[in-house]
Amino acid sequence: MAVSVDEAVSAGPVRDQTRPTRRLGGRGRSVLEIALLTVLAVVMLFPVLWMIETSIKENRDVYAVPAEFFGFTVTMEHFKDVFVAPGGGRSALSVAFLNSAVVAGVSTVLATVLGVPAAWAYSRFAVKARKDQLFFILSTRFMPPVVVVIPIFLMYRQVGLIDSKLGLILIYTAYNLPFTIWMMKGFVDEVPAEYEDAAMLDGYTRLQAFRRHTLPLLVPGIAATAVFALIFSWNEFVFAIFLTSSDSVRTAPPAIAGLIGGTTTDWGLVAAASVVFALPVLVFAYLVRKHLIAGVTLGAVRR
Amino acid sequence: MGTVAVHGLCKSFGKVQALDGVTLDVPDGSFFVVLGPSGAGKTTTLRAIAGLEKLDAGSVHLNGRDATGDAPATRDLAMVFQSYALYPRHTAYENIASPLRARRCSPSEIAAAVKQMSSLLHIERLLQRRPAQLSGGEMQRVALARALVRRPRAFLMDEPLTNLDLKLRVEMRTELTRIHRSLGATFVYVTNDQVEALSMADQVAVLKEGKVQQVGTPTEVYERPANQWVAGFVGSPPISLLACHAEGDRLVGAEGWTLPRPRWTTAEDGRALLLGLRAEDLSVEQRGNASLSGELYGLEPLGDRTVVDVRVGTEILKVKARPTVTGTPGERLLVTVDLDRAHLFDAGTGLSLAEAGR
Repeated sequence: MAVSVDEAVSAGPVRDQTRPTRRLGGRGRSVLEIALLTVLAVVMLFPVLWMIETSIKENRDVYAVPAEFFGFTVTMEHFKDVFVAPGGGRSALSVAFLNSAVVAGVSTVLATVLGVPAAWAYSRFAVKARKDQLFFILSTRFMPPVVVVIPIFLMYRQVGLIDSKLGLILIYTAYNLPFTIWMMKGFVDEVPAEYEDAAMLDGYTRLQAFRRHTLPLLVPGIAATAVFALIFSWNEFVFAIFLTSSDSVRTAPPAIAGLIGGTTTDWGLVAAASVVFALPVLVFAYLVRKHLIAGVTLGAVRR
Repeated sequence: MGTVAVHGLCKSFGKVQALDGVTLDVPDGSFFVVLGPSGAGKTTTLRAIAGLEKLDAGSVHLNGRDATGDAPATRDLAMVFQSYALYPRHTAYENIASPLRARRCSPSEIAAAVKQMSSLLHIERLLQRRPAQLSGGEMQRVALARALVRRPRAFLMDEPLTNLDLKLRVEMRTELTRIHRSLGATFVYVTNDQVEALSMADQVAVLKEGKVQQVGTPTEVYERPANQWVAGFVGSPPISLLACHAEGDRLVGAEGWTLPRPRWTTAEDGRALLLGLRAEDLSVEQRGNASLSGELYGLEPLGDRTVVDVRVGTEILKVKARPTVTGTPGERLLVTVDLDRAHLFDAGTGLSLAEAGR
């Protein structure tokens, strides 16, 4: 489920361009093509299917050899275990999901609130060394989290941000900000500056002009950008596992990973937790898919 | 109502010097046209007056008060953009009402003002439409209404007619002149169309490469161009320029022709000059004693007149003639020159000579 944001950006237009040439031999696809696609689909979807199956099997069926594809007893016990602790009350996993929602939500809002005005400024104003600044901003994304996590761990320990939701929110915001600025700059560039000029001559201040005329036109772009930021924060694993330890702070990815290991692993619970974890992003991305593709191609391609 | 004065405006975009010391003085109530080819700095000048462009040097005075650093909103100006810049999400009504809303006018005041403007510009039935549902001419009228709906110190117009088709453009020219008269307001109007400039302006400033070439009434700019470039830019067909020098009481052309030396010129003998002759000051009919000999090069019938291209040596003279004129290329012709209306320029500096003598 680790959807990298950068890959996702390029995926949209590429898919668009290949569509017309895809048709072989008139209307249908060739047998070979269908066979290859089927193999590909099975390979790609099998882990997902297996995850879903495991999440609804009883424990003895999970370990059955040979594996049971059909005809096992369906149970919702694992899903109950995800949310409810063995002795009653909320489970550690449910707290982790809540933490994930808070951390991902707040960091996305922060990145958007900071990034949109920054993108506007880079698009509209004669900023000194604009290209160098933008390159510098992007360069903060050149290194993967795993490379920078140790220095950040040391810094966080000094300032007391270790094992706190605030710490995670800050690092995710910092990580999402370059992406937000770059993507939003593309969207702002698309909106003619003359709307703001005209509004200023009408008697509005520059900020009022931005809010009244430019911002509403940016909403689709903001939505698309925010979804990508949200997906990144929701899925992020490396920072989360290094920088947090207690159950009350940990987000879902390290919490689910923590279920594996020890003397026995409750694969049913792992699978159920994974399904619960994957579902929101899948559903959300499906709901806004038109917006996403339209938004991404508009901002990135029509330059 | 008010005056607009800019002094020594300088602005560069990277390596391009868009404005290089532009100084203009727009009197109260005048229709002031800034004329120049694209890239001359006309729009930048207008944006500097509006406060949309940060200047490298120079000052902007409105009603005699220094407004150089003021925000656009506080300058009390209205502007029509070349692209119209109508707010795409708002109806025509809301677009026109925008300047009044910004000034917190009451809804009844706004309704009355919008109604008055829309009837003046004949756009009453368009008020509920959005810009995307309007044609170019309709958008232009809405943009104009948005500017005219209040009474600012001055109206700034950035090539508002450029995107219209020819018929509409001619109509709107008359319309704008009428509106200017009825309002008695100060208009600063930018265009690259010399016909617009000559037909609408009280005062024309000709701009080239960020420098003011000449300021004057349309007649002055046309009849007494300050330099060779203005002479060439203003006027259609363009003025014909012939290299020559003075020799005693004659002008001797580089192509070998001679003409009587115009009485008014004081140029010393031998100095390299350019003789500027407008098409209407030349004739293919025998009318005077000053004439040039050449051969017919081509005919451009334009309906009401025909432009005859006459080759003198290696240079082409454009001569205005009756629409009935005929001829075959290569035919010998005598072109009569009205030397009293000719122009002489210094070939080196391009500056006009001896204007004082006329």
